[in-house]
Amino acid sequence: MAPGIQAVRDSTPALKRQTMPRAKRAAIVGIPAFFVLAVTGSASLGLIVAALIFGSLYIPAWNTLPLGKWIVPLGVILLAVLYPVYQPNLFDVVVFGNFPSVDTGVTMMIFIMMALGLNIVVGYAGLLDLGYVAFYAMGAYTVAWFASQHFSNVNVHVGGVGVAPNTPGFHISIWLVVIIAGVFATLAGILIGFPTLRLRGDYLAIVTLGFGEIMPQIANNGDNLFGRNITNGPQGINPIDPPGFGNTLHNTVGLPADYLSSTNSTRLFYWTALFLVLVTVFCTVRLRDSRLGRAWIAIREDETAAAAMGVPLMRTKTWAYAAGAFFGGVAGAYYGSFKGGTFPGDFYFNISIFILCMVILGGMGNVWGVIVGAAFLSYLNQEGLANIGAWMNANGVSDFVFRKQIDVPLYTSGIFGVILVLTMLFRPEGLIPSSRRKAEFHEGVHDEPLYDVTHE
Amino acid sequence: MADLLTAVGVRKEFGGLVAVNDVDFTIPERTIVSLIGPNGAGKTTFFNMLTGVYKPTAGQIVFDGHDVTGKPPHAITQRGIGRTFQNIRLFQSMTSLENVLVGMHSRLKGGVLRAVIKPPSLKREEIAAREKAHDLLEFCGLSGRDDEYARNLAYGDQRRLEVARALGTEPKLLLLDEPTAGMNPQETAEFTAFVGKLREEEGLTVLMIEHDMRVVMGISERVTVLDYGEKISEGTPQEVQRDERVIEAYLGTAAVS
Repeated sequence: MAPGIQAVRDSTPALKRQTMPRAKRAAIVGIPAFFVLAVTGSASLGLIVAALIFGSLYIPAWNTLPLGKWIVPLGVILLAVLYPVYQPNLFDVVVFGNFPSVDTGVTMMIFIMMALGLNIVVGYAGLLDLGYVAFYAMGAYTVAWFASQHFSNVNVHVGGVGVAPNTPGFHISIWLVVIIAGVFATLAGILIGFPTLRLRGDYLAIVTLGFGEIMPQIANNGDNLFGRNITNGPQGINPIDPPGFGNTLHNTVGLPADYLSSTNSTRLFYWTALFLVLVTVFCTVRLRDSRLGRAWIAIREDETAAAAMGVPLMRTKTWAYAAGAFFGGVAGAYYGSFKGGTFPGDFYFNISIFILCMVILGGMGNVWGVIVGAAFLSYLNQEGLANIGAWMNANGVSDFVFRKQIDVPLYTSGIFGVILVLTMLFRPEGLIPSSRRKAEFHEGVHDEPLYDVTHE
Repeated sequence: MADLLTAVGVRKEFGGLVAVNDVDFTIPERTIVSLIGPNGAGKTTFFNMLTGVYKPTAGQIVFDGHDVTGKPPHAITQRGIGRTFQNIRLFQSMTSLENVLVGMHSRLKGGVLRAVIKPPSLKREEIAAREKAHDLLEFCGLSGRDDEYARNLAYGDQRRLEVARALGTEPKLLLLDEPTAGMNPQETAEFTAFVGKLREEEGLTVLMIEHDMRVVMGISERVTVLDYGEKISEGTPQEVQRDERVIEAYLGTAAVS
C-alpha cells in the first residue's frame, strides 16, 4: 500500500541497539575502575588494574560487540560477589558514612528478591497489589514450620542441619524448604487471586489491602487456630535451623555444613542471597520476554483488547500473581532462616508499602530499576538513615535546623513518604524506567473499561 | 455455501434499554458482509456480543458448528473470530511485532515453567512466531515497522496494525468495526482492495461495520441494516439501497412520503 508514502517516512527501528553516549560509557567503566582504586588505596598495582579495566572497556562501541552486552552485567555481578572481600577497605562517603555492611547486604538482597516478585504483579501485569507482604509471611512461616521444633509431636529429618538427630519437629534442608515456601506462597497467591482478580484497578487494590491486613492478624492470633497452635502467636517461632549443606557434602565437596558454625557466616548468607537474587533476575527476565510476559503487558495496557486477542484474563492474571508470590515466598523463607526466627511483627502493612515504594522509585516494569530502588531503600532503612542522622548530629546540622539532636530512623516512614511524593512529582516513571513505561507516564494511557466482568 | 456464523434471536438489554432486539443473522462462508445503520443502532453492541465482550440477554450464536453464546472473549477468539476496534485499541507501548505476537497468543504454547527453562522447542516456536508476525506486518503494508512502538505509528498504519494483530489470531471470521473511519479517500480505496485480497488470498470471511457507502456497496455481497436495535433490511447492496425502510431510517419519514 502506498509505497511512495512509506519511503518518505524515515524507517529507523526504535529498538535498534545503538552506540551508547560517551558519558554513559565512561560512567559504566569508570565506576568499577574507581572501586578498584578505592580498595587498593593508592598502591601502584591498583592503579594499573584500574587503568587496564578503564582502557579495555572504553574501546569505542564495545557494547555493539557480540559479547558486549554481557560486559556490564558480568562486571556488576563480579563487584557484588566480591563485595564482602573488599567492603572493609572501602572509603567513607560524605553524609552517608561507610558502605553498607555485609549483614545489611543480605537484607538488601532479600528485599531485592521481593521487589522483583512484586514487579511481576505491579510492573508487568499492572495489578496494584497492596498486600504483597502476605506472601512474604507465607514463606517465613513455611520455613518456621519445616525447619524448627515447632511441631514437637513429629520427628522428621530430611537433610536438616544444626540440630541433633533426635530433635522433635520437622527439620528439612533449607534448600528444599525454600522451594516448598515458594510453592506454598504460589498456592496462597492462586487462592487469594481467584476471588480478587476479577476486580479491576482501585477495587483490586482495596481487596489486596484487606488480605495484607488479614495475614498478620492470623499470624498474631494463630497460636490457637481451630484448636491448634499454627503460628505460636506474638512470640513467633524460633529458633529456625540454619542453612547448610550437611556433613556429607561438606566432607566431599567442601561446601559449608552449617552456616552458623562457619567462621564467615555472614559472608555465606550474603553469597547465598546473591545467588537467589540472580536466579530471581534470570526467571523474571525470562518471564518478561515470554508469551506470558507479553500477555501481562497487553493486559496492563488494555484488558478488553487483550481478551479479544485471545488472552484469557483470569488465568493470565493469576499466573502473574502466582509468579510474584513465588519469589515473595522464597524471600520470606530465606529471611526467616537468616534471622533464625519468624515473628508476626515483621509482616505488617507497612512492609507491603515499603516494597511497593522500591518498585515505584526504581521504575515499574524494569528489572534493573527495581533492583536499584530496592537496594537503595532497604539500605536507607537498615543503616543509611542512621548514618545520615549521625552525620547531621555530629556536624551541627540538627542543632541548626531542629535546635536539638534528632534520631533520624524514627522518621523512616515519613522520609519514605517524602521520597515517594518527590518521585511521583519529578520522575513518575522511576529512576531507571523501562522504555515502555517512560513514554506512557508522559503521555498517559487511556483505557476505557468496556468488558463485562460477569464473565469467567 | 455453508453458514459460518448463525445468530438466532439475539437480544441485549441494558437495564430498560433494548440495544439489540431479537436479531437473526447469518454469515455464509467466504463472503463479505456489511452491517450498517444510523448511529446508536446497536451495531457495535451486536459485534461485542459476537466476540463475547457482552453476554446476550437472549438468543443463540453458533459459530463454525459450536455454540459460542456468552463464552468469554478469549475462547471465542480461539475458535476463530478475530476483531478490530472502532476506536483503535492497540497496545500502545508495545512494538508492532509484539502487538501481532499478542494476537497470536492463543496459537502459541508455553506456560510459566517452559518460559523459565526455555527448551529448544520453545525457542523454535518463538522464532517461527516472530517470522510469521513479520510476514503478517508485511502483508498488511507495514514492512519495516516491526520495531516501531504502536503509539508512534501514523493513524492509517495503526488501523493496519489492528488488522495485522487480528490476523495473528488466525481467524476464520474477521470482524472489522468501522475500519475506514478517519481515512482519506485514497486510503479508503486501498483498504477496500485489501479486504478483498483477504478474502481471495486468505479465504477469510469478513463482517464489517461501515459508514462509507462506497466501501459497503463496492465490496460486500450482503448488507444488513440495523435501526434502533432491530434488523430492518437485508440483502444485496442494490436491494438494500432501494429498500424504503432503509431510506426512511437514514433520512427520516418525511423523505419518503
